[in-house]
Amino acid sequence: MNESANKSNGNPEREIVIVIRKMHKWYGQFHVLKDINLNVERGEKIVICGPSGSGKSTLIRCINRLEEHQDGEIIVDGTELTNDLKNVELVRREVGMVFQHFNLFPHLTVLDNCTLAPIWVRKEPREEAEATAMEYLERVKIPDQANKFPGQLSGGQQQRVAIARSLCMKPRVMLFDEPTSALDPEMIKEVLDVMIELAKGGMTMLCVTHEMGFAKTVADRVIFMDEGEIIEQNKPHEFFDNPQHDRTKLFLSQILNH
Amino acid sequence: MAEVAVSPQRNAISRLWNDKESRSVIIQIITISLVFAFLAYIIHNAVVNLQAIGKGFSYNFLWQPSSYDINQHLIEYNSRSTHFRAMLVGILNTILVAICGIVLASIVGFVLGVLRLSKNWIVNRLAYCYIEYVRNVPVLLHILLVHGLIVHAFPVPRQAISIGDLTFMTNRGIFSPKPLYEPLFLVVVVLFLLGLAFMWWFRRYAQKVQDETGQHYPVFWIGLGAIVGVPLVSFFLLGSPITWDVPELKGFNFTGGMVVRPEFIALLLALSLYTAAFIGEIVRAGILGVYYGQTEASYALGINRGRSLSLVVIPQALRIIVPPLTSQYLNLMKNSSLAVAIGYMDIVATIGGISLNQTGREMECMIIVLALYLVMSLIISMIMNWYNKRIKLVER
Repeated sequence: MNESANKSNGNPEREIVIVIRKMHKWYGQFHVLKDINLNVERGEKIVICGPSGSGKSTLIRCINRLEEHQDGEIIVDGTELTNDLKNVELVRREVGMVFQHFNLFPHLTVLDNCTLAPIWVRKEPREEAEATAMEYLERVKIPDQANKFPGQLSGGQQQRVAIARSLCMKPRVMLFDEPTSALDPEMIKEVLDVMIELAKGGMTMLCVTHEMGFAKTVADRVIFMDEGEIIEQNKPHEFFDNPQHDRTKLFLSQILNH
Repeated sequence: MAEVAVSPQRNAISRLWNDKESRSVIIQIITISLVFAFLAYIIHNAVVNLQAIGKGFSYNFLWQPSSYDINQHLIEYNSRSTHFRAMLVGILNTILVAICGIVLASIVGFVLGVLRLSKNWIVNRLAYCYIEYVRNVPVLLHILLVHGLIVHAFPVPRQAISIGDLTFMTNRGIFSPKPLYEPLFLVVVVLFLLGLAFMWWFRRYAQKVQDETGQHYPVFWIGLGAIVGVPLVSFFLLGSPITWDVPELKGFNFTGGMVVRPEFIALLLALSLYTAAFIGEIVRAGILGVYYGQTEASYALGINRGRSLSLVVIPQALRIIVPPLTSQYLNLMKNSSLAVAIGYMDIVATIGGISLNQTGREMECMIIVLALYLVMSLIISMIMNWYNKRIKLVER
């Protein structure tokens, strides 16, 4: 698996940011993730897809240790994720995450949502943090909403704030956990546009998503998971035009021809 | 003839009654009339019955000497003082136990609530057992139990448990040295006040520095130094300008010093530990009521556990916690009237108890007691509602 991962990127000079080796995870008796091996290069965009319950969300949640793995190793930017709380915090600073349900802090304004972590974790001066926040809010095209509360925004706007909030920590890797699944169809596009912009800027991204159009335009690599295993991974056009595995074919036929 | 459906004609009363607006007016008039009729009836009843037994309605007795003693009085009081003064002593005693109780119950309650959510099995179970035991036993039994424990398990003054020959624990209370201040002590007080003022300024300054440069000052430690450290050092430099009036055993009891009476300790502990169990459950519910995604989102931003709790979870949990917390505070304050069972001289025991028995003015005394509890309850409600509104505004 490792070899095929390296082959598919085919660029040996690039730096590897995330290393996952022989990683297993159980929920009690249930084996959620089985022998996951994955290397992610700096600047690489990976889309992870698969049927629901296949472990794709759990996989990316392991990368910032919102879930603990029980076996194998995960190394992010040279730091191994173990029970060492300081290391976990170190990794979380460098890894941003966007959730399906946005999870904005409802008691804080949009601006305060964006500056909370930079002020308390990065110890930035408020002015500087606010300037950075406004910059990112402009990039996600909602600077005029800065002083509103999350409850006053539409779903698409909230998700864009969530992206800006993550970016304010200047992360080196961004994780997206089904960022458009809770959105109305007309709002999906505004969020995907922001993500595409981000991809063009060279961010390392791992996205769990069902947006196959996004995968085709942005991804360097598409990973298909089923029942806790990585079944197949390939460049997008290879993956969509020429799937190798029966389960991949079945999944693609279901998702593309509905 | 064309068949057009016409609504049936009815008489005027029927029309009034079936009209939505006029019906609501009629119901309101009837309700108010009934309420006033009832009030008029009971007042009339009271007046007639009082006349029948030859009693007037007057508060003049308040200015007569009470001729009874009260062991715990925060203001000057003796048996020659008036009933009014006895009432004031009672009010102060109720307020004292209520305020101490609310503070203690809140602290213990918050700790219990957090412990109850601990992933540590032992801690979690201990908190669970405590809460289930305490809240399933009537508070009166707790009061009697704690009082009984102090009175029976603690030694008589002659065999007092002595702590360094300064503080003595006995079944008549805890006796401790009473400070007598020398003039120089004023300097220490002034330094302490200056420390408080400095802290007030420094917190704002630290916030400003943090806003401008991102640098975090150890505000807590600097504050501790200014408020506690400096006055303490100056206290010793000035040669400890306090002398202590140490309690001494004379005859069967201690004299001198300060005493905290067993009735107060029993009532305070029983009320606050009892209420703390309920507050613990309220706090737990409040924290659990905040969607777990909030915690995850703050973790994902690199915010550590303590800060996630204080910056993200608690501010949202408070909105769920405060309204039921208000009820618990009111309960605690009103439950303090059970003090009468162990002879703690609160409102009920003074003006609603001995004064009532001695003067026979039950109407007047009960009205006073009722009004006092009502006023205190309303004050607590007002403060809590104000606080609730303040934290609620933040949402939109």
